[in-house]
Amino acid sequence: MLRQGANAVAVVLALLTVFPLYWMVLSALKPKGEITSAHPRPWTFAPTLENFRNALGVSGFGRYFLNSLAVAVVVVVVSAAIAFLAAVALSRFRFRFRTTILIMFLVAQMVPVEALTIPLFFLVRDIGSVAPGFGLSSLGSLMLVNLAFSLPFAVWMLRGFVAAVPESLEEAARIDGASRFTILWRILFPLVAPGLAATSVFSFITAWNDFVFAKTLILDTDHQTLPAALMVFFKPDENDWGGIMAASTLMTVPVLVFFVLVQRHMVSGLGGAVKD
Amino acid sequence: MPATTVTARADQGDSPVRPAGGAPAGARRRPGLLARIPVPLWLLLPAAVVLIPLFGYPLYQLGLLSVLKFGQPQASGGVPTEFVGLSNYSDVLGDAQFWSVLGQTLAFAAFCVLTTLAVGATCAVLLTRVGRWPRLMLMFGALGAWAAPAMTGSTVWMFLLDTNSGLVNEVLGTQGHNWMYDKWSAFAMVAVVVVWHSFPFVMITLYAGIQAIPDSVVEAARLDGAGTVTIFRKIMLPMLRPLLVIVVIQSIIWDFKVFTQIYVMTGGGGIAGQNLVLNVYAYQKAFVAENYSLGAAIGVLMTLILLAVTAVYIRSLRRSGEEL
Repeated sequence: MLRQGANAVAVVLALLTVFPLYWMVLSALKPKGEITSAHPRPWTFAPTLENFRNALGVSGFGRYFLNSLAVAVVVVVVSAAIAFLAAVALSRFRFRFRTTILIMFLVAQMVPVEALTIPLFFLVRDIGSVAPGFGLSSLGSLMLVNLAFSLPFAVWMLRGFVAAVPESLEEAARIDGASRFTILWRILFPLVAPGLAATSVFSFITAWNDFVFAKTLILDTDHQTLPAALMVFFKPDENDWGGIMAASTLMTVPVLVFFVLVQRHMVSGLGGAVKD
Repeated sequence: MPATTVTARADQGDSPVRPAGGAPAGARRRPGLLARIPVPLWLLLPAAVVLIPLFGYPLYQLGLLSVLKFGQPQASGGVPTEFVGLSNYSDVLGDAQFWSVLGQTLAFAAFCVLTTLAVGATCAVLLTRVGRWPRLMLMFGALGAWAAPAMTGSTVWMFLLDTNSGLVNEVLGTQGHNWMYDKWSAFAMVAVVVVWHSFPFVMITLYAGIQAIPDSVVEAARLDGAGTVTIFRKIMLPMLRPLLVIVVIQSIIWDFKVFTQIYVMTGGGGIAGQNLVLNVYAYQKAFVAENYSLGAAIGVLMTLILLAVTAVYIRSLRRSGEEL
């Protein structure tokens, strides 16, 4: 009885949670006339890819997509590598200023990074005159900025995972004559993989979601990323909801794919944090 | 011990191998200058290379800007910058709008945090009580909401709430109603989206935490005659504490800094700025009103508020004897 009730509640909650996503995909598939109907229906009889075609046709939406993907992939990979090394330093060694550095990582997470758009705008503008690849309207600047903002959390989170790996394993490898580098990459790195999966989800989301930096640092249309580019569908008179829903769907797919890929590791990884 | 570990001491082992790029391990030479840098500093170096110029320096610049007079003329380099002391701060603090924005930011964040935690924790407990299929369904739905970018969530909910062709109005029979017109209803709708996005993190983290508690511990307590409430309070809660702390603090940080949802859903802060939160307020002051130094001052104030929250958090961690 109780179990059945709980099951029912869970199913209702699941449907409520997933409904907006269903509505997004459904609306993206609705033909033009139907989408602006004053009486929207939760199904459609004439699914069409018209909205997707339009979305991809609008001033190079495909390009924005690739821009976003490039930024996110670089941020995930580089931030995982850097965070891993830093997490090892912070959980395997005792040294002076260790606590201070840890607190700085924590503090970095508190900083409202949106407030940093102001100085970063001028910084990136100045960098651009020396290294155009990292100046305004460059993907390089977005990569660096998003890397900096996903790192503190990645380090903070990964630290717990490294700490959870028994040191005796490294000890054994050391006795077998493994170098510090071998121990890092061959032993610790694979063992922390679930933690890396969990952290990379956050890095990916940070980079993929970034709206404010894309909006302020990218001034041309060629280098725009998805979140800011989506704004072109919003028009003062009449929003192109079909286009917006198609674009939103396309924007959500990579994150879903990424989630599915790392999902198994993520849940076990998050559970591991408890042992910390 | 070689000089490599003057300030650093590896927890384990007493024959530190040199880091990658250093002299070959076991070489009997006097360690070179590079090799004398302690290992942990090597490991932290890449993070420092990214964070100091792209986080630390802009943060310093933010503070600097906030004590200058810095608008569009100064930004384009035509007019020299001028040190104005704390006058930007007195401008901000003397502005009634700042206080009302601060108040609604705090109220909005508090509401989102509490709702997120309540929904997330309830769902986590629910997950442990249901059958395989309902569990998978809820997990799947939550992963979807979590994966949906802030921008996507905002657009979809905007469409659901659309005045003319939105499903919500159709279902409620309130055609033509604009949910974003009234200040409180607009805030409430944004809160729905924020909670929808963030409860999955709480749910999945806590669920993983509950799963990690060994059954034997709970069973042993039950054999000793502990009831469900006692087991929850005396066993589950203490074991979940580290995760709860993470979840609470993350929610506070995220919800206090909400930007995209407010900016997109309310069109930059609502009618006449009625739905501004500090983040968007600072952005508008800086980039729309082109008063960068005033925006910076608001940014600094906001950082200070969040740092105060952090300080309280670190103190409570310390007090509970937890090691950083």
